[in-house]
Amino acid sequence: MRPFAFARADSVERALECRRGEPTGAFVAGGTTLLDLVKLDVMRPARVIDINALPLKDVERLHDDRLRIGALVTNTDLAYHPDVLADHPLLSQAILAGASSQVRNMATVGGNLMQRTRCPYFRDPTAACNKREPGSGCDALTGVNRMHAVLGGSDRCVAVHPSDMCVALAAIGATLSLQGPNGEREVDVADFHRLPGATPHLEHELGDELIVAVTLAPPLKPLGAAYVKLRDRASYEFALASAGAMLSLDEDLIGEQRLPLGGVATKPWRCHAAEALLAGKRADTAAFEEAADLALADAAPLAHNAFKIPLARQAIVRALRDAARAHREDDT
Amino acid sequence: MLETHDHSPEATVPVRLTLNGAPVTVEVAPNAILLDVLRERLGLTGTKKGCDHGQCGACTVHVDGRAMNACLRLAVMCEGQAITTIEGLAEGDRLHPVQQAFLDHDAFQCGYCSPGQIMSAVALLEDPRVAGDVCTVREAMSGNLCRCGAYQNILAAIQDARLRLHGQEGDEA
Ligand SMILES: Cc1cc2nc3c(=O)[nH]c(=O)nc-3n(C[C@H](O)[C@H](O)[C@H](O)COP(=O)(O)OP(=O)(O)OC[C@H]3O[C@@H](n4cnc5c(N)ncnc54)[C@H](O)[C@@H]3O)c2cc1C
Ligand code: FES
Ligand code: FES
Repeated sequence: MRPFAFARADSVERALECRRGEPTGAFVAGGTTLLDLVKLDVMRPARVIDINALPLKDVERLHDDRLRIGALVTNTDLAYHPDVLADHPLLSQAILAGASSQVRNMATVGGNLMQRTRCPYFRDPTAACNKREPGSGCDALTGVNRMHAVLGGSDRCVAVHPSDMCVALAAIGATLSLQGPNGEREVDVADFHRLPGATPHLEHELGDELIVAVTLAPPLKPLGAAYVKLRDRASYEFALASAGAMLSLDEDLIGEQRLPLGGVATKPWRCHAAEALLAGKRADTAAFEEAADLALADAAPLAHNAFKIPLARQAIVRALRDAARAHREDDT
Repeated sequence: MLETHDHSPEATVPVRLTLNGAPVTVEVAPNAILLDVLRERLGLTGTKKGCDHGQCGACTVHVDGRAMNACLRLAVMCEGQAITTIEGLAEGDRLHPVQQAFLDHDAFQCGYCSPGQIMSAVALLEDPRVAGDVCTVREAMSGNLCRCGAYQNILAAIQDARLRLHGQEGDEA
Protein backbone atom coordinates (compact mmCIF):
# COMPACT_ATOMS: atom_id res chain seq x y z
CA MET A 1 0.00 0.00 0.00
CA ARG A 2 1.28 3.41 -1.04
CA PRO A 3 2.39 5.65 1.86
CA PHE A 4 0.64 8.91 2.69
CA ALA A 5 0.96 11.71 5.19
CA PHE A 6 -1.69 11.94 7.87
CA ALA A 7 -3.41 14.72 9.76
CA ARG A 8 -6.22 14.79 12.26
CA ALA A 9 -8.53 17.78 12.02
CA ASP A 10 -10.32 19.08 15.09
CA SER A 11 -12.35 21.71 13.25
CA VAL A 12 -13.90 22.16 9.82
CA GLU A 13 -11.56 25.08 9.21
CA ARG A 14 -8.54 22.97 10.06
CA ALA A 15 -9.74 20.15 7.77
CA LEU A 16 -10.11 22.59 4.87
CA GLU A 17 -6.70 24.06 5.62
CA CYS A 18 -5.04 20.61 5.54
CA ARG A 19 -6.76 19.97 2.24
CA ARG A 20 -5.83 23.29 0.68
CA GLY A 21 -2.13 22.61 0.98
CA GLU A 22 -2.50 19.22 -0.69
CA PRO A 23 -4.63 18.96 -3.84
CA THR A 24 -4.48 15.17 -3.82
CA GLY A 25 -5.38 15.05 -0.15
CA ALA A 26 -8.39 12.98 0.86
CA PHE A 27 -10.67 13.22 3.85
CA VAL A 28 -11.32 9.96 5.62
CA ALA A 29 -14.63 9.38 7.38
CA GLY A 30 -15.56 5.68 7.64
CA GLY A 31 -12.75 4.71 5.30
CA THR A 32 -14.79 1.96 3.63
CA THR A 33 -14.44 3.43 0.15
CA LEU A 34 -11.18 5.30 0.53
CA LEU A 35 -9.04 2.55 2.08
CA ASP A 36 -10.50 -0.11 -0.19
CA LEU A 37 -9.42 1.96 -3.21
CA VAL A 38 -6.05 2.99 -1.77
CA LYS A 39 -5.26 -0.70 -1.31
CA LEU A 40 -6.19 -1.28 -4.95
CA ASP A 41 -3.98 1.70 -5.92
CA VAL A 42 -7.00 3.35 -7.54
CA MET A 43 -7.02 6.31 -5.15
CA ARG A 44 -3.59 7.75 -4.40
CA PRO A 45 -3.89 10.50 -1.79
CA ALA A 46 -0.63 12.14 -0.74
CA ARG A 47 -2.24 13.05 2.55
CA VAL A 48 -5.20 11.58 4.42
CA ILE A 49 -7.10 13.93 6.69
CA ASP A 50 -9.10 12.28 9.46
CA ILE A 51 -12.34 14.23 9.94
CA ASN A 52 -13.89 11.96 12.57
CA ALA A 53 -13.33 14.43 15.40
CA LEU A 54 -15.45 17.13 13.72
CA PRO A 55 -18.77 17.98 15.36
CA LEU A 56 -20.88 16.67 12.46
CA LYS A 57 -22.58 13.74 14.17
CA ASP A 58 -26.01 15.12 15.08
CA VAL A 59 -29.45 14.70 13.55
CA GLU A 60 -31.44 17.82 14.24
CA ARG A 61 -35.10 18.64 13.49
CA LEU A 62 -35.41 22.16 12.10
CA HIS A 63 -38.42 24.38 12.86
CA ASP A 64 -39.93 23.63 9.43
CA ASP A 65 -39.80 19.87 10.11
CA ARG A 66 -36.76 19.25 7.96
CA LEU A 67 -34.09 16.92 9.32
CA ARG A 68 -30.52 18.21 9.20
CA ILE A 69 -28.12 15.28 9.26
CA GLY A 70 -24.45 15.81 10.07
CA ALA A 71 -22.08 14.43 7.44
CA LEU A 72 -20.47 12.08 9.98
CA VAL A 73 -23.67 10.36 11.14
CA THR A 74 -23.10 6.68 10.44
CA ASN A 75 -25.33 4.82 8.02
CA THR A 76 -26.47 2.56 10.89
CA ASP A 77 -27.40 5.44 13.19
CA LEU A 78 -29.28 7.20 10.41
CA ALA A 79 -31.23 4.10 9.38
CA TYR A 80 -32.39 3.52 12.98
CA HIS A 81 -32.95 7.15 13.93
CA PRO A 82 -36.52 7.46 15.29
CA ASP A 83 -37.32 10.52 13.12
CA VAL A 84 -36.04 8.77 10.01
CA LEU A 85 -38.00 5.61 10.78
CA ALA A 86 -41.15 7.66 11.38
CA ASP A 87 -40.92 10.23 8.59
CA HIS A 88 -38.56 8.86 5.94
CA PRO A 89 -39.00 5.07 5.93
CA LEU A 90 -37.58 4.82 2.39
CA LEU A 91 -34.25 6.17 3.61
CA SER A 92 -34.09 3.67 6.43
CA GLN A 93 -35.01 0.76 4.14
CA ALA A 94 -32.53 1.77 1.44
CA ILE A 95 -29.62 2.11 3.86
CA LEU A 96 -30.37 -1.21 5.54
CA ALA A 97 -30.52 -2.88 2.10
CA GLY A 98 -26.90 -1.86 1.52
CA ALA A 99 -23.58 -3.43 2.50
CA SER A 100 -23.31 -5.27 5.86
CA SER A 101 -23.80 -4.41 9.54
CA GLN A 102 -20.06 -3.78 9.88
CA VAL A 103 -19.75 -1.55 6.81
CA ARG A 104 -22.87 0.43 7.80
CA ASN A 105 -21.41 0.96 11.28
CA MET A 106 -18.34 2.57 9.69
CA ALA A 107 -19.86 4.31 6.66
CA THR A 108 -21.00 7.91 7.00
CA VAL A 109 -23.55 10.04 5.17
CA GLY A 110 -20.86 12.21 3.55
CA GLY A 111 -18.80 9.20 2.50
CA ASN A 112 -21.84 7.43 1.10
CA LEU A 113 -22.59 10.42 -1.13
CA MET A 114 -18.96 10.34 -2.31
CA GLN A 115 -18.55 6.57 -2.75
CA ARG A 116 -17.06 5.47 -6.06
CA THR A 117 -18.42 3.08 -8.65
CA ARG A 118 -17.89 -0.66 -8.27
CA CYS A 119 -17.10 -1.05 -12.01
CA PRO A 120 -14.38 -3.76 -12.09
CA TYR A 121 -12.41 -1.85 -14.73
CA PHE A 122 -12.40 1.28 -12.57
CA ARG A 123 -11.15 -0.85 -9.67
CA ASP A 124 -8.34 -2.37 -11.76
CA PRO A 125 -5.47 0.08 -12.41
CA THR A 126 -4.28 -1.99 -15.37
CA ALA A 127 -7.60 -1.61 -17.25
CA ALA A 128 -8.68 1.29 -19.46
CA CYS A 129 -11.04 3.59 -17.60
CA ASN A 130 -11.90 7.18 -18.49
CA LYS A 131 -13.13 7.80 -14.97
CA ARG A 132 -9.87 6.74 -13.32
CA GLU A 133 -7.58 7.94 -16.09
CA PRO A 134 -9.20 10.44 -18.45
CA GLY A 135 -8.63 9.59 -22.11
CA SER A 136 -7.54 5.99 -21.50
CA GLY A 137 -10.75 4.49 -22.91
CA CYS A 138 -13.45 2.32 -21.38
CA ASP A 139 -12.90 -1.41 -21.19
CA ALA A 140 -16.47 -1.93 -19.98
CA LEU A 141 -17.99 -0.91 -23.32
CA THR A 142 -16.51 -3.98 -25.04
CA GLY A 143 -15.75 -6.10 -21.98
CA VAL A 144 -17.89 -7.84 -19.40
CA ASN A 145 -20.65 -5.31 -18.80
CA ARG A 146 -23.28 -7.35 -17.06
CA MET A 147 -23.24 -5.03 -14.02
CA HIS A 148 -23.22 -1.75 -15.97
CA ALA A 149 -25.72 1.03 -16.59
CA VAL A 150 -28.61 1.01 -19.04
CA LEU A 151 -29.57 4.62 -18.24
CA GLY A 152 -27.44 7.76 -18.29
CA GLY A 153 -24.35 6.20 -19.90
CA SER A 154 -22.17 7.72 -22.60
CA ASP A 155 -19.67 6.41 -25.15
CA ARG A 156 -16.99 7.20 -22.53
CA CYS A 157 -18.43 5.54 -19.42
CA VAL A 158 -21.26 3.25 -18.37
CA ALA A 159 -20.31 2.80 -14.71
CA VAL A 160 -23.21 2.44 -12.27
CA HIS A 161 -23.59 4.73 -9.28
CA PRO A 162 -23.63 2.15 -6.50
CA SER A 163 -25.37 3.91 -3.61
CA ASP A 164 -28.67 2.75 -2.13
CA MET A 165 -28.88 5.70 0.28
CA CYS A 166 -28.63 8.20 -2.59
CA VAL A 167 -31.59 6.55 -4.33
CA ALA A 168 -33.73 7.33 -1.29
CA LEU A 169 -32.33 10.88 -1.09
CA ALA A 170 -33.30 11.40 -4.76
CA ALA A 171 -36.89 10.52 -3.87
CA ILE A 172 -37.13 12.47 -0.62
CA GLY A 173 -35.32 15.56 -1.86
CA ALA A 174 -32.39 16.99 0.08
CA THR A 175 -29.99 19.89 0.22
CA LEU A 176 -26.27 19.36 0.78
CA SER A 177 -24.36 21.93 2.80
CA LEU A 178 -20.84 22.28 1.44
CA GLN A 179 -18.28 24.27 3.34
CA GLY A 180 -15.24 25.63 1.55
CA PRO A 181 -12.52 28.20 2.14
CA ASN A 182 -14.98 30.94 1.18
CA GLY A 183 -17.87 29.85 3.35
CA GLU A 184 -20.86 27.55 3.04
CA ARG A 185 -23.12 26.96 0.04
CA GLU A 186 -26.06 24.68 -0.64
CA VAL A 187 -26.51 22.25 -3.51
CA ASP A 188 -29.66 20.28 -4.33
CA VAL A 189 -28.89 16.57 -4.09
CA ALA A 190 -30.40 16.12 -7.58
CA ASP A 191 -27.64 18.35 -8.97
CA PHE A 192 -24.78 16.91 -6.91
CA HIS A 193 -23.87 13.85 -8.97
CA ARG A 194 -23.05 14.37 -12.64
CA LEU A 195 -23.76 12.28 -15.70
CA PRO A 196 -20.53 10.93 -17.24
CA GLY A 197 -20.94 12.50 -20.69
CA ALA A 198 -17.50 13.30 -22.09
CA THR A 199 -15.95 13.83 -18.63
CA PRO A 200 -16.66 10.76 -16.50
CA HIS A 201 -13.83 11.68 -14.11
CA LEU A 202 -15.87 14.70 -12.96
CA GLU A 203 -18.35 12.90 -10.76
CA HIS A 204 -19.89 15.55 -8.53
CA GLU A 205 -20.16 19.23 -7.69
CA LEU A 206 -17.83 19.17 -4.68
CA GLY A 207 -14.86 21.49 -5.05
CA ASP A 208 -12.28 22.26 -2.39
CA GLU A 209 -15.03 21.63 0.11
CA LEU A 210 -16.28 19.45 2.89
CA ILE A 211 -19.83 18.12 2.98
CA VAL A 212 -20.98 19.22 6.43
CA ALA A 213 -24.66 18.27 6.38
CA VAL A 214 -27.56 16.83 4.40
CA THR A 215 -30.94 18.43 5.04
CA LEU A 216 -33.96 16.37 4.00
CA ALA A 217 -37.04 18.00 2.50
CA PRO A 218 -40.05 18.08 4.87
CA PRO A 219 -41.70 14.65 5.08
CA LEU A 220 -44.58 13.78 2.77
CA LYS A 221 -47.51 12.60 4.86
CA PRO A 222 -49.37 10.35 4.80
CA LEU A 223 -47.09 8.18 2.80
CA GLY A 224 -46.37 4.61 1.77
CA ALA A 225 -42.78 3.79 0.93
CA ALA A 226 -40.93 0.72 -0.29
CA TYR A 227 -37.40 -0.04 -1.47
CA VAL A 228 -36.95 -3.14 -3.61
CA LYS A 229 -33.39 -4.21 -4.35
CA LEU A 230 -32.64 -7.09 -6.72
CA ARG A 231 -29.13 -8.57 -6.75
CA ASP A 232 -27.07 -11.71 -7.25
CA ARG A 233 -27.51 -12.78 -3.63
CA ALA A 234 -30.06 -11.82 -1.01
CA SER A 235 -27.80 -9.59 1.09
CA TYR A 236 -24.33 -7.95 1.24
CA GLU A 237 -24.34 -7.24 -2.48
CA PHE A 238 -24.78 -4.21 -4.72
CA ALA A 239 -27.98 -3.80 -6.71
CA LEU A 240 -28.42 -5.10 -10.24
CA ALA A 241 -31.60 -3.05 -10.16
CA SER A 242 -33.37 -1.28 -7.35
CA ALA A 243 -36.43 0.91 -7.13
CA GLY A 244 -37.72 3.14 -4.41
CA ALA A 245 -41.34 4.21 -4.33
CA MET A 246 -43.12 6.82 -2.27
CA LEU A 247 -46.88 7.18 -2.72
CA SER A 248 -49.77 8.94 -1.07
CA LEU A 249 -53.27 7.78 -1.97
CA ASP A 250 -56.59 9.58 -1.82
CA GLU A 251 -59.23 6.85 -1.80
CA ASP A 252 -57.42 4.70 -4.34
CA LEU A 253 -56.10 7.52 -6.48
CA ILE A 254 -52.42 8.38 -6.48
CA GLY A 255 -51.53 11.79 -5.08
CA GLU A 256 -47.86 12.36 -4.33
CA GLN A 257 -45.47 9.97 -6.11
CA ARG A 258 -41.73 9.50 -6.22
CA LEU A 259 -39.90 6.87 -8.23
CA PRO A 260 -36.09 6.71 -8.12
CA LEU A 261 -33.92 3.85 -9.42
CA GLY A 262 -30.56 2.39 -8.41
CA GLY A 263 -28.21 -0.18 -9.91
CA VAL A 264 -29.16 0.64 -13.50
CA ALA A 265 -27.96 4.22 -13.99
CA THR A 266 -24.80 6.30 -13.89
CA LYS A 267 -26.21 8.50 -11.13
CA PRO A 268 -29.04 8.16 -8.61
CA TRP A 269 -31.97 8.20 -11.03
CA ARG A 270 -35.30 9.92 -10.67
CA CYS A 271 -38.09 8.96 -13.12
CA HIS A 272 -39.93 12.27 -13.49
CA ALA A 273 -42.03 11.29 -16.53
CA ALA A 274 -43.20 8.07 -14.90
CA GLU A 275 -44.08 9.98 -11.73
CA ALA A 276 -46.15 12.47 -13.74
CA LEU A 277 -47.94 9.58 -15.42
CA LEU A 278 -48.90 8.08 -12.06
CA ALA A 279 -50.39 11.28 -10.66
CA GLY A 280 -54.17 10.98 -10.37
CA LYS A 281 -54.22 7.36 -11.61
CA ARG A 282 -55.83 4.45 -9.77
CA ALA A 283 -53.12 2.62 -7.81
CA ASP A 284 -53.24 -0.74 -9.58
CA THR A 285 -50.86 -3.06 -11.38
CA ALA A 286 -51.79 -1.73 -14.81
CA ALA A 287 -50.76 1.80 -13.81
CA PHE A 288 -47.56 0.54 -12.15
CA GLU A 289 -46.59 -1.43 -15.27
CA GLU A 290 -47.27 1.54 -17.50
CA ALA A 291 -45.08 3.72 -15.27
CA ALA A 292 -42.32 1.10 -15.30
CA ASP A 293 -42.34 0.93 -19.10
CA LEU A 294 -42.12 4.69 -19.33
CA ALA A 295 -39.31 4.85 -16.76
CA LEU A 296 -37.28 2.40 -18.85
CA ALA A 297 -38.27 3.67 -22.30
CA ASP A 298 -34.81 5.16 -22.90
CA ALA A 299 -32.87 2.24 -21.44
CA ALA A 300 -29.98 1.26 -23.72
CA PRO A 301 -28.62 -2.23 -23.03
CA LEU A 302 -24.99 -3.26 -23.59
CA ALA A 303 -23.90 -6.74 -24.70
CA HIS A 304 -24.46 -8.44 -21.32
CA ASN A 305 -26.97 -6.42 -19.37
CA ALA A 306 -30.25 -6.44 -21.34
CA PHE A 307 -31.64 -8.56 -18.47
CA LYS A 308 -31.52 -5.47 -16.27
CA ILE A 309 -34.46 -3.92 -18.12
CA PRO A 310 -37.08 -6.55 -17.22
CA LEU A 311 -35.41 -6.83 -13.80
CA ALA A 312 -35.79 -3.10 -13.16
CA ARG A 313 -39.37 -3.27 -14.45
CA GLN A 314 -40.15 -5.89 -11.83
CA ALA A 315 -38.43 -3.85 -9.13
CA ILE A 316 -40.50 -0.79 -10.05
CA VAL A 317 -43.82 -2.63 -10.12
CA ARG A 318 -43.11 -4.36 -6.82
CA ALA A 319 -41.90 -1.17 -5.14
CA LEU A 320 -45.01 0.75 -6.24
CA ARG A 321 -47.30 -2.10 -5.17
CA ASP A 322 -45.57 -2.42 -1.78
CA ALA A 323 -45.67 1.35 -1.25
CA ALA A 324 -49.41 1.44 -2.02
CA ARG A 325 -49.94 -1.46 0.38
CA ALA A 326 -47.91 0.29 3.08
CA HIS A 327 -50.02 3.40 2.62
CA ARG A 328 -53.30 1.48 2.91
CA GLU A 329 -52.09 -0.37 6.01
CA ASP A 330 -51.01 2.89 7.58
CA ASP A 331 -54.43 4.37 6.87
CA THR A 332 -56.45 1.64 8.57
CA MET B 1 -6.48 16.61 23.38
CA LEU B 2 -6.04 15.76 19.72
CA GLU B 3 -2.83 16.65 18.02
CA THR B 4 -3.69 18.21 14.72
CA HIS B 5 -0.22 18.61 13.30
CA ASP B 6 0.80 16.74 10.20
CA HIS B 7 2.60 13.42 10.17
CA SER B 8 4.74 12.81 7.10
CA PRO B 9 4.49 9.42 5.35
CA GLU B 10 7.80 8.31 6.93
CA ALA B 11 6.89 9.39 10.45
CA THR B 12 5.34 7.10 12.98
CA VAL B 13 2.30 8.19 14.93
CA PRO B 14 1.65 7.09 18.49
CA VAL B 15 -1.84 5.62 18.91
CA ARG B 16 -3.33 5.08 22.34
CA LEU B 17 -5.94 2.34 22.54
CA THR B 18 -7.84 0.46 25.13
CA LEU B 19 -7.26 -3.02 23.78
CA ASN B 20 -9.36 -5.78 25.32
CA GLY B 21 -9.67 -3.65 28.43
CA ALA B 22 -6.02 -2.69 28.85
CA PRO B 23 -4.32 0.56 27.80
CA VAL B 24 -1.86 0.12 24.95
CA THR B 25 0.24 2.61 23.00
CA VAL B 26 1.63 1.59 19.63
CA GLU B 27 3.70 3.56 17.12
CA VAL B 28 2.40 3.05 13.61
CA ALA B 29 2.92 4.38 10.10
CA PRO B 30 0.11 6.66 8.86
CA ASN B 31 -1.03 4.01 6.37
CA ALA B 32 -1.00 1.07 8.82
CA ILE B 33 -4.28 -0.83 8.79
CA LEU B 34 -5.85 -1.77 12.14
CA LEU B 35 -6.09 -5.45 11.16
CA ASP B 36 -2.37 -5.66 10.37
CA VAL B 37 -1.42 -3.80 13.53
CA LEU B 38 -3.49 -6.18 15.66
CA ARG B 39 -2.04 -9.26 14.03
CA GLU B 40 1.56 -8.28 13.26
CA ARG B 41 2.39 -5.76 15.95
CA LEU B 42 0.21 -6.63 18.90
CA GLY B 43 0.29 -10.41 18.51
CA LEU B 44 -3.47 -10.80 18.39
CA THR B 45 -3.82 -13.27 15.54
CA GLY B 46 -7.34 -14.36 16.44
CA THR B 47 -8.71 -11.69 14.12
CA LYS B 48 -8.41 -13.07 10.59
CA LYS B 49 -7.68 -11.62 7.17
CA GLY B 50 -9.87 -13.05 4.45
CA CYS B 51 -10.40 -10.57 1.62
CA ASP B 52 -8.72 -7.41 2.99
CA HIS B 53 -11.53 -5.35 1.32
CA GLY B 54 -14.58 -5.40 3.59
CA GLN B 55 -16.14 -8.26 1.68
CA CYS B 56 -15.94 -11.22 4.06
CA GLY B 57 -16.14 -10.20 7.74
CA ALA B 58 -13.21 -12.38 8.93
CA CYS B 59 -11.59 -9.27 10.41
CA THR B 60 -14.59 -8.13 12.49
CA VAL B 61 -13.67 -6.45 15.79
CA HIS B 62 -15.56 -4.07 18.09
CA VAL B 63 -14.59 -0.42 18.02
CA ASP B 64 -16.24 1.38 20.93
CA GLY B 65 -18.69 -1.52 21.09
CA ARG B 66 -19.61 -1.58 17.40
CA ALA B 67 -18.74 -4.31 14.93
CA MET B 68 -16.41 -3.06 12.22
CA ASN B 69 -14.11 -4.46 9.55
CA ALA B 70 -10.57 -3.95 10.84
CA CYS B 71 -9.25 -4.30 7.28
CA LEU B 72 -10.82 -0.99 6.22
CA ARG B 73 -9.73 1.09 9.18
CA LEU B 74 -6.48 2.95 9.72
CA ALA B 75 -4.88 2.27 13.08
CA VAL B 76 -4.34 6.03 13.49
CA MET B 77 -8.12 6.55 13.24
CA CYS B 78 -8.52 4.55 16.47
CA GLU B 79 -6.78 7.06 18.77
CA GLY B 80 -8.51 6.94 22.15
CA GLN B 81 -10.89 4.16 21.15
CA ALA B 82 -11.70 0.86 22.81
CA ILE B 83 -10.97 -2.15 20.60
CA THR B 84 -12.23 -5.59 21.49
CA THR B 85 -11.01 -8.64 19.60
CA ILE B 86 -11.95 -12.31 19.91
CA GLU B 87 -9.16 -12.64 22.50
CA GLY B 88 -11.01 -10.19 24.74
CA LEU B 89 -14.33 -12.00 25.07
CA ALA B 90 -13.61 -14.80 27.54
CA GLU B 91 -13.19 -14.12 31.22
CA GLY B 92 -10.20 -16.21 32.21
CA ASP B 93 -11.11 -19.79 31.39
CA ARG B 94 -14.79 -19.01 31.11
CA LEU B 95 -15.87 -18.56 27.51
CA HIS B 96 -18.28 -15.83 26.51
CA PRO B 97 -21.80 -17.35 26.14
CA VAL B 98 -21.60 -16.84 22.35
CA GLN B 99 -18.26 -18.69 22.17
CA GLN B 100 -19.72 -21.50 24.27
CA ALA B 101 -22.80 -21.67 22.05
CA PHE B 102 -20.59 -21.94 18.93
CA LEU B 103 -18.83 -24.91 20.53
CA ASP B 104 -22.05 -26.56 21.66
CA HIS B 105 -23.68 -26.19 18.23
CA ASP B 106 -20.62 -27.16 16.21
CA ALA B 107 -20.97 -23.79 14.45
CA PHE B 108 -17.83 -24.11 12.30
CA GLN B 109 -15.79 -26.49 10.24
CA CYS B 110 -12.36 -25.02 9.48
CA GLY B 111 -12.95 -22.19 11.98
CA TYR B 112 -11.38 -19.45 9.90
CA CYS B 113 -14.51 -17.28 9.85
CA SER B 114 -15.44 -18.03 13.48
CA PRO B 115 -13.74 -15.10 15.25
CA GLY B 116 -15.48 -12.67 12.91
CA GLN B 117 -18.80 -14.50 13.18
CA ILE B 118 -18.60 -14.47 16.97
CA MET B 119 -17.71 -10.77 17.15
CA SER B 120 -20.66 -9.92 14.89
CA ALA B 121 -22.97 -12.15 16.90
CA VAL B 122 -21.95 -10.58 20.21
CA ALA B 123 -22.56 -7.10 18.79
CA LEU B 124 -25.98 -7.93 17.39
CA LEU B 125 -27.11 -9.60 20.62
CA GLU B 126 -26.18 -6.43 22.48
CA ASP B 127 -27.95 -4.11 20.00
CA PRO B 128 -31.59 -3.51 20.98
CA ARG B 129 -32.32 -2.13 17.50
CA VAL B 130 -31.80 -5.54 15.89
CA ALA B 131 -34.86 -7.77 16.28
CA GLY B 132 -34.46 -11.36 17.43
CA ASP B 133 -36.27 -13.24 14.67
CA VAL B 134 -34.31 -15.58 12.43
CA CYS B 135 -34.79 -13.45 9.28
CA THR B 136 -33.40 -10.36 10.95
CA VAL B 137 -30.47 -12.25 12.43
CA ARG B 138 -29.59 -13.75 9.04
CA GLU B 139 -29.62 -10.27 7.51
CA ALA B 140 -27.60 -8.73 10.36
CA MET B 141 -25.02 -11.54 10.03
CA SER B 142 -24.73 -11.33 6.23
CA GLY B 143 -21.44 -9.43 6.53
CA ASN B 144 -19.72 -12.64 7.66
CA LEU B 145 -19.14 -15.22 4.96
CA CYS B 146 -18.42 -18.84 5.80
CA ARG B 147 -16.81 -20.76 2.97
CA CYS B 148 -17.48 -24.02 4.80
CA GLY B 149 -21.18 -23.27 4.85
CA ALA B 150 -21.75 -23.64 8.58
CA TYR B 151 -24.56 -21.09 8.47
CA GLN B 152 -27.33 -23.28 9.92
CA ASN B 153 -25.31 -24.09 13.01
CA ILE B 154 -24.06 -20.52 13.36
CA LEU B 155 -27.67 -19.31 13.38
CA ALA B 156 -28.64 -21.97 15.91
CA ALA B 157 -25.71 -20.97 18.12
CA ILE B 158 -26.69 -17.30 18.04
CA GLN B 159 -30.31 -17.97 18.92
CA ASP B 160 -29.23 -20.26 21.73
CA ALA B 161 -26.78 -17.64 23.01
CA ARG B 162 -29.65 -15.15 22.96
CA LEU B 163 -31.51 -17.41 25.40
CA ARG B 164 -28.44 -17.74 27.61
CA LEU B 165 -27.83 -13.99 27.63
CA HIS B 166 -31.31 -12.54 27.65
CA GLY B 167 -33.58 -15.50 28.38
CA GLN B 168 -35.77 -14.78 25.38
CA GLU B 169 -36.47 -16.91 22.37
CA GLY B 170 -36.04 -15.62 18.80
CA ASP B 171 -39.19 -16.25 16.70
CA GLU B 172 -39.08 -19.21 14.38
CA ALA B 173 -39.27 -17.96 10.81
C1 LIG C 1 -18.02 -4.76 0.93
C2 LIG C 1 -18.80 -3.51 0.72
C3 LIG C 1 -20.13 -3.59 0.32
C4 LIG C 1 -20.87 -2.44 0.12
N1 LIG C 1 -22.18 -2.55 -0.28
C5 LIG C 1 -22.91 -1.42 -0.50
C6 LIG C 1 -24.27 -1.49 -0.91
O1 LIG C 1 -24.83 -2.57 -1.09
N2 LIG C 1 -24.94 -0.33 -1.11
C7 LIG C 1 -24.34 0.88 -0.92
O2 LIG C 1 -25.01 1.89 -1.10
N3 LIG C 1 -23.06 0.98 -0.54
C8 LIG C 1 -22.34 -0.15 -0.32
N4 LIG C 1 -21.03 -0.04 0.04
C9 LIG C 1 -20.37 1.26 0.00
C10 LIG C 1 -20.45 2.00 1.29
O3 LIG C 1 -21.79 2.43 1.51
C11 LIG C 1 -19.50 3.20 1.18
O4 LIG C 1 -18.19 2.70 1.13
C12 LIG C 1 -19.64 4.14 2.34
O5 LIG C 1 -20.92 4.71 2.39
C13 LIG C 1 -18.59 5.26 2.26
O6 LIG C 1 -18.64 6.02 3.44
P1 LIG C 1 -17.33 6.23 4.33
O7 LIG C 1 -17.70 7.15 5.43
O8 LIG C 1 -16.75 4.93 4.71
O9 LIG C 1 -16.42 6.97 3.25
P2 LIG C 1 -14.83 7.15 3.18
O10 LIG C 1 -14.24 5.92 2.60
O11 LIG C 1 -14.29 7.67 4.45
O12 LIG C 1 -14.77 8.32 2.10
C14 LIG C 1 -15.20 8.09 0.77
C15 LIG C 1 -14.87 9.34 -0.07
O13 LIG C 1 -15.65 10.43 0.38
C16 LIG C 1 -14.83 11.50 0.80
N5 LIG C 1 -15.52 12.08 1.96
C17 LIG C 1 -15.92 11.42 3.08
N6 LIG C 1 -16.60 12.26 3.88
C18 LIG C 1 -16.63 13.46 3.27
C19 LIG C 1 -17.18 14.73 3.60
N7 LIG C 1 -17.86 14.92 4.74
N8 LIG C 1 -17.02 15.75 2.73
C20 LIG C 1 -16.34 15.58 1.57
N9 LIG C 1 -15.79 14.40 1.21
C21 LIG C 1 -15.94 13.35 2.04
C22 LIG C 1 -13.48 10.89 1.09
O14 LIG C 1 -12.45 11.82 0.92
C23 LIG C 1 -13.43 9.77 0.08
O15 LIG C 1 -13.00 10.26 -1.17
C24 LIG C 1 -20.27 -1.18 0.29
C25 LIG C 1 -18.94 -1.09 0.71
C26 LIG C 1 -18.19 -2.24 0.91
C27 LIG C 1 -16.76 -2.12 1.33
S1 FES D 1 -10.67 -9.26 5.78
FE1 FES D 1 -11.87 -7.59 6.37
S2 FES D 1 -13.79 -8.05 5.49
FE2 FES D 1 -12.52 -9.61 4.66
S1 FES E 1 -15.96 -22.53 9.31
FE1 FES E 1 -14.67 -22.53 7.55
S2 FES E 1 -15.10 -20.59 6.74
FE2 FES E 1 -16.61 -20.72 8.23
